Amino acid sequence: MQLFPCPFCGSRDETEFHYGGDAGNIRPDGAEVPIDRWADYLYLRTNPKGTAREIWVHMNCGEFFVMERDTVTHKVLSSAALGGEHAA
Amino acid sequence: MTTRYSALSLFREGLAGQTGWQPAWRSPEPKPSYDAIVIGGGGHGLATAYYLAKNQNIARVAVLEKGWIGGGNTGRNTTVVRSNYYYPESVELYGLAHRLYEGLSKDLNYNVMLSQRGMVNLCHSTAEMEIGARTVNAMQINGIDAELFSPEDVRRVAPIYNFSPDARFPVFGGIWQGRAGTARHDAVAWGYARAASRLGVDIIQNCEITDFIIEGGRCRGVQTSRGAIRAERIGMAVAGHSSVLAAKAGFRLPINSYALQACVSEPVKPILDTVVLSPGCGVYVSQSDKGEIVIGGGLDRIPSYAQRGNLPTLETVIAGVLEMFPIFGQLKLMRQWAGIVDVVPDSSPIIGESPLPGLFLNCGWGTGGFKAIPAGGTLLANLLATGKHNDISRPFDLDRFATGRLIDEAAGSGIAH
Repeated sequence: MQLFPCPFCGSRDETEFHYGGDAGNIRPDGAEVPIDRWADYLYLRTNPKGTAREIWVHMNCGEFFVMERDTVTHKVLSSAALGGEHAA
Repeated sequence: MTTRYSALSLFREGLAGQTGWQPAWRSPEPKPSYDAIVIGGGGHGLATAYYLAKNQNIARVAVLEKGWIGGGNTGRNTTVVRSNYYYPESVELYGLAHRLYEGLSKDLNYNVMLSQRGMVNLCHSTAEMEIGARTVNAMQINGIDAELFSPEDVRRVAPIYNFSPDARFPVFGGIWQGRAGTARHDAVAWGYARAASRLGVDIIQNCEITDFIIEGGRCRGVQTSRGAIRAERIGMAVAGHSSVLAAKAGFRLPINSYALQACVSEPVKPILDTVVLSPGCGVYVSQSDKGEIVIGGGLDRIPSYAQRGNLPTLETVIAGVLEMFPIFGQLKLMRQWAGIVDVVPDSSPIIGESPLPGLFLNCGWGTGGFKAIPAGGTLLANLLATGKHNDISRPFDLDRFATGRLIDEAAGSGIAH
């Protein structure tokens, strides 16, 4: 069992977490969004081999956060509360 | 020199001391250019090359494989062949694959050991039986064999299932496809490789793509670990790593890569002569010709390129197996492994030209690419030869994510992914 760091609860079992998509995938704003831009936002993914910045949710506390992870070794590089581009 | 496999050639070679056998495929040095290049030496890539040579009369073809052929998902799946899908588009696609599988051993002169032992998708409640009846009706209307099974029918084909009154997932019936079954996965790769090689296709292993040659906005070749190789038409069938190559070509795909695990027990005497899938347990089980119990389940839910599984998913799968078949409690697990699969939002593959002209895609098969190998190869070969879709491949074009014409086969994939 791998441990993931929740920025609010500390290290917890991987099974308590759920993947939420690429970090930085911001919903397009406004009424005149072209179809390709919507398709890009809804479906296209970076899916990197190596270092990835991802949104995760810790299902026990319900908090979303950003985790940097290596998708080959599964090593966690950093974990931080949402901010900046994703600030509410 | 023996090139064709038959009872007679086996007999002759027996008399000749087994000295005339040839390697099943040639391993030539790559040429500087070809009419078409296929990236990826798995089942889909090798099948593409074979059908290019056989159906499209294009034999100056190279298959470029970064490791060894059949060493990715083709060698890591659970060998199930079936076509029990819901939508007409999917039935056309998987039905084509299923029919080609039925004639494949003869077509390739290579025994792929197709065993049409039937498959039952169990229904665990009255509501699931209603959905099961709807699925069976849809399949029959679309021209695919399917039958709605009663609990007695299920008991007849899988008597060792857990029918006890306190079973967590009781049997209300099931969806039966009698033509479904298993095939020897390595043989599919080797058979296509041998048949393609005999038609003149160059199979080049240990040849990794490092970059695409892009001139005038078109893909005109690839840079590889064994030098530049040029072609006007390039196909890629590299499930698990589709996004990695797409990034080199300058576009993104609607794909996330996940690990899908499987495992086998020690070999035992014949005890299960069909494929049984329990949606409740999230597990499907069959027995290989060697006697191993072959076990597959759901995805590891962590995006990954590591070709190994995580323990929590394996634990869930094993718990499911024991719920389905308590008799397997004494079995020892012999091997466990994982492959990296392309997961697409609508659980349907992507077949068509990529955003980079000249580069064609065969990817996004999710957890079920093995069963589709003959169709994936036929359709990519058609695209490479003609540059155009046919009626079967058209609905699976990448443009469906912009037009919204998704083909949501989440249920057809069998296990909730």
